[in-house]
Amino acid sequence: MILEARDIRKLYGAYVALDGVSLSIREGEFVSIIGPNGAGKSTLINVLTGVLQPSAGSVRFKGKDIGGIGTVALTRLGMARSFQLVQVFAELTVLETLQAAVISRLGRGARLFASLAGDRQVQAEALEIASLFGLSDKAHALARELPQGDKKLLDVASAFALRPEIILLDEPTSGVSTADKHAIMEILVGAAKRIGLRAIIQVEHDMDIVFGYSDRIIALHQGKVLADATPAQIQADARVVDMVVGRRRH
Amino acid sequence: MRTPVVLSLVGIAFLGLPLLAPAYYVTLMLPFMAYGVVLLGLNLLFGYTGLVSFGHALFIGIGAYTGAVLTTHLGVRHMELILPAAALAAAVVAAPVGALCVRYVKIYFGMLTLAFGMVFYTFLLKFYKLTGGDEGMRMLRPDLLGSEWTTFSKTAYLIGPYYYFSLAVLVVATLLMWRIVRSPFGLCLKTIRDNPLKAESLGVSVPRYRWYAFMISAVYAAVGGALLATPTGNVDPTLAYWTHSGNIVFMVLLGGFSSFFGPLLGAFVFIFLQDTVMSVFPYWRLIFGAVLAFIVIFAPGGLMGLFARRRRPVEVSRA
Repeated sequence: MILEARDIRKLYGAYVALDGVSLSIREGEFVSIIGPNGAGKSTLINVLTGVLQPSAGSVRFKGKDIGGIGTVALTRLGMARSFQLVQVFAELTVLETLQAAVISRLGRGARLFASLAGDRQVQAEALEIASLFGLSDKAHALARELPQGDKKLLDVASAFALRPEIILLDEPTSGVSTADKHAIMEILVGAAKRIGLRAIIQVEHDMDIVFGYSDRIIALHQGKVLADATPAQIQADARVVDMVVGRRRH
Repeated sequence: MRTPVVLSLVGIAFLGLPLLAPAYYVTLMLPFMAYGVVLLGLNLLFGYTGLVSFGHALFIGIGAYTGAVLTTHLGVRHMELILPAAALAAAVVAAPVGALCVRYVKIYFGMLTLAFGMVFYTFLLKFYKLTGGDEGMRMLRPDLLGSEWTTFSKTAYLIGPYYYFSLAVLVVATLLMWRIVRSPFGLCLKTIRDNPLKAESLGVSVPRYRWYAFMISAVYAAVGGALLATPTGNVDPTLAYWTHSGNIVFMVLLGGFSSFFGPLLGAFVFIFLQDTVMSVFPYWRLIFGAVLAFIVIFAPGGLMGLFARRRRPVEVSRA
């Protein structure tokens, strides 16, 4: 078990965002979290990534309690995330963005007088990730000048450059054209295999993506786990289809 | 290729200036070089980390008063000792001040730094026995490279040994800062400037790196402050006053905070423009206010931004 959440409750005042959510992520799994708006998906991601302290319950990553430990500490433990809204460094190039992630992973950020350009390991690793994500030819382009699809790729690629053991992707294809969605997912899955990622968790609304790539689906509804099953089992569950998926899939 | 050529020409001009230019203009270069050091540090915070300090005169004041105390009261006259002492004094003050300020961003950070600057200004003004109050304190002529330069008149000392000493400090400060902004540390600062949320998600500890940048900028400001005190021979509380902090922010904006050399250009233009305008028009701040408004509205990239735009008329795809 890589990641395990037990009886998570998260309250915002009187509002119950998560109510007794339990889940576990195993080695090699691609797990999708689905649910309608307000189901608690983003809150769950923020709790799982240590941004939010749960009101009750515990989250354990590699056996260690990570409730509210913060993003930086969690990154060092081997967990990375990407965001629903694209997050890039507008004035940095693609290569610089990936270098920043590699520097962070290698713990070289406090090197005041070292030459960034002369660090061959950082250069090589950043270029390798750029290549995995098909961004090599745009390595020197500013992030703000990239098309939306490439920005999304860069956002995810920079998380991969941390070489995490597990990655949480908050709607990795949101804001991307339908034609680009599958291309992004193929790149993402290929890169995951290449860097030896142990598990992927994604929050996603696009059911084609969810059913096309997931090993397991966790459906949330009003802060509770409605179902935790394989895609085939989810499809067969009329209640989940009606409440979360929205239509029967064939 | 153009940058090294320009820098070489500028370097030659700086080296030859005391031999060719009237003494008056050479002495004007002294505050330029002192402010140059200050602004290199300030721009690490402003242009590279995204934090605008309105209280950095605090550290200029610390540097200047350190020099004055050492030369006047403690008998330490070696500039090679005064500069590290100024840097150390600034670091001691900047550590707790920075730790508090970097928890906040934007206007809150600016106002906090302003507040600390004004606290120090009031201390300098009111603790007369320690600081000399509004009259300040004398800064005795420091020794340079182990020599007192006693055979030199004050002007000859300033436009000769002191000029070249200041130039050497500016060059060393520039080279160090050049290295810093191109280091892994410099890249981490840029990630924080552009997107702190994303930087955190990549494992960059935003408060810690902001604090490092604050410390470095404070040290630079203090070294510049110590350099600034010698030509006037006196230090007073106005060095730490908020308008002084405003002036150095203005210099950065004038030259362009998104360029490494922009703040240096800003300091140069500010010093000579101030001198020129003051000689013909007593209300020089009126002119400077108009210039600032013009820059913010029409040239947010400052003077270096204008040059860059002129040099690169056609946007070339980087892809």
